[in-house]
Amino acid sequence: MDFWIKYKVCFAIFARYCKQYNLEMETIDQIRADFPALQRKVYGKQLIYFDNAATSQKPLSVLTMQEMMSGEVNANIHRAVHKLSAEATDFYEKGREAVRSFINAPSRENIIFTSGATASLNLVASSFVYKHLGKGDKVLISEAEHHSNIVSWQLACERVGASLAVLPVDDRGEISLDKLEQMLNKNVKIVAITHISNVLGVINPIKEVVTIAHAKGIPVVVDGAQGVVHCAVDVQDLDCDCYAFSGHKIYAPTGTGILYGKKNFLEDLPPYMGGGDMVDTVTFEKTTYAELPLKFEAGTPNFAAAACYAPALEYAAQLRLNTEVQENERKQVAYLKRELDMIDGVRIYGMPEDLNKKIPLFSITVEGVHPTDLAQLLDTMGIAVRSGLMCAEPLIRKYSDNGMLRASLAPYNTMEEAEKFITGVKKGISILK
Amino acid sequence: MEEQDKSPEEVGNEIVEEFSIFEEWLDKYEYLIELGKSLPVIDEKDKVDNNLISGCQSRVWLSCDCHDGRLYFKADSDAIITKGIISLLIRVYNGQTPEAILHSDLSFIDKIGLKDNLSPTRANGLVSMIKQIKIYAVACEVKEQKNNG
Repeated sequence: MDFWIKYKVCFAIFARYCKQYNLEMETIDQIRADFPALQRKVYGKQLIYFDNAATSQKPLSVLTMQEMMSGEVNANIHRAVHKLSAEATDFYEKGREAVRSFINAPSRENIIFTSGATASLNLVASSFVYKHLGKGDKVLISEAEHHSNIVSWQLACERVGASLAVLPVDDRGEISLDKLEQMLNKNVKIVAITHISNVLGVINPIKEVVTIAHAKGIPVVVDGAQGVVHCAVDVQDLDCDCYAFSGHKIYAPTGTGILYGKKNFLEDLPPYMGGGDMVDTVTFEKTTYAELPLKFEAGTPNFAAAACYAPALEYAAQLRLNTEVQENERKQVAYLKRELDMIDGVRIYGMPEDLNKKIPLFSITVEGVHPTDLAQLLDTMGIAVRSGLMCAEPLIRKYSDNGMLRASLAPYNTMEEAEKFITGVKKGISILK
Repeated sequence: MEEQDKSPEEVGNEIVEEFSIFEEWLDKYEYLIELGKSLPVIDEKDKVDNNLISGCQSRVWLSCDCHDGRLYFKADSDAIITKGIISLLIRVYNGQTPEAILHSDLSFIDKIGLKDNLSPTRANGLVSMIKQIKIYAVACEVKEQKNNG
């Protein structure tokens, strides 16, 4: 190994030990110092980044790893015998191991690298349709799905004459398990449901959903894009057949996604894309495929980014052990609910009775105010939020023609920022009304 | 409805001057919102899909009258900042000849930083609005030529 790589690895190990000791006790201000983006000013104002459900900011450990992978360890993985390729492969597989351990999957075979949750869900939908969907069959989704868990299945259904069955959510943003049980008739071949909706921020009872579906022999695919960020996901405990998520929402670089699948479920599916690395032997007559997980990883993967799962998920795991961070999150949920409720004309979407089921993600509408106008004014105050249809058009249109405004918080967001957001919303409304 | 005796560029420069008073972005937007609120309301009968402009994050309706070789616009939107932007465009273009509109220089939009500052889909909306205004100008020009010929 080159001297510099040795140096960097030693430094990374040293830094990790320091971090392991510290991060669990670090204050939120200390945590913030790890994120260059949070130091930024916009329009001369300190940035308040409340668009974390779209993508998270990246800590230094991830940025350093990404730079090292692209700079010093850059060689195509799994293919060549040379040293650089071996090192890159090693880092890539360490990324996979980090994911496996983070969601407690049984083995590396269960972890497929993709480009994002959308790619993961499209992979399952496209491959599942060939063997298991036919004319008149149903795919059951919930009303609160992201487009990637609607359109991927629609595309699959259209190929064979199948269609979607839609489980409603009530006005609190919750699904009914009784209704689910009723809807699971013999035509339903798979359930594809979100762990936490990116609009409602309400944790769905996935374990119960899986139990009910499995009792009828129906597999369950979970869209965990928001779920994996806010819940301690144990895929063996949930017992779901697939769990899809994006890396970039949980501190890993852009262009990273994961499909977890049970071994027998994934083995049963035909490959999604053909190309290098996913094959066993190729002849012009017949190709046999590689074993899991490579069967679903055709072509050169984004190995530089995938390697970053190791520092990213280590960071996420440690934040979960930090009691200040955890307490802060509960306080923010209670605070934002209370304050938003008090503003005249504001309506919150997704408010379960049990506040422990709510993540710090608030989608609102304000009577007489276009959400995009409000988002625009908040931007001038340095507050980054999302507005519009948020890739969940059917759900949003049910409540509002103009879309909604969403604030989504991460562990590095402070109470002070939440207070400034509330002040900003009030000020914005007073200007707009 | 009055004929406009200033060129679009002259009106544009007036707008740039007005906006330069405000240092803070929030104040610029407040001014834009005030302009939006004072935009004359479009007739409900003109709020039809035919007059809807695509490419905006919010809904925008734009209707146009063409007589005596001049164009007169009416518009509305369900978002107030968008209405403010439309009101600027209308101020620049109302009562102008098709030729003045088609050859107008819209650098005032860049000069007050609007294009930079608006969210990308809105910037596209701005482009769509201008495109629609120019299409109306072409139609008006053709109508005039027919009347004269």
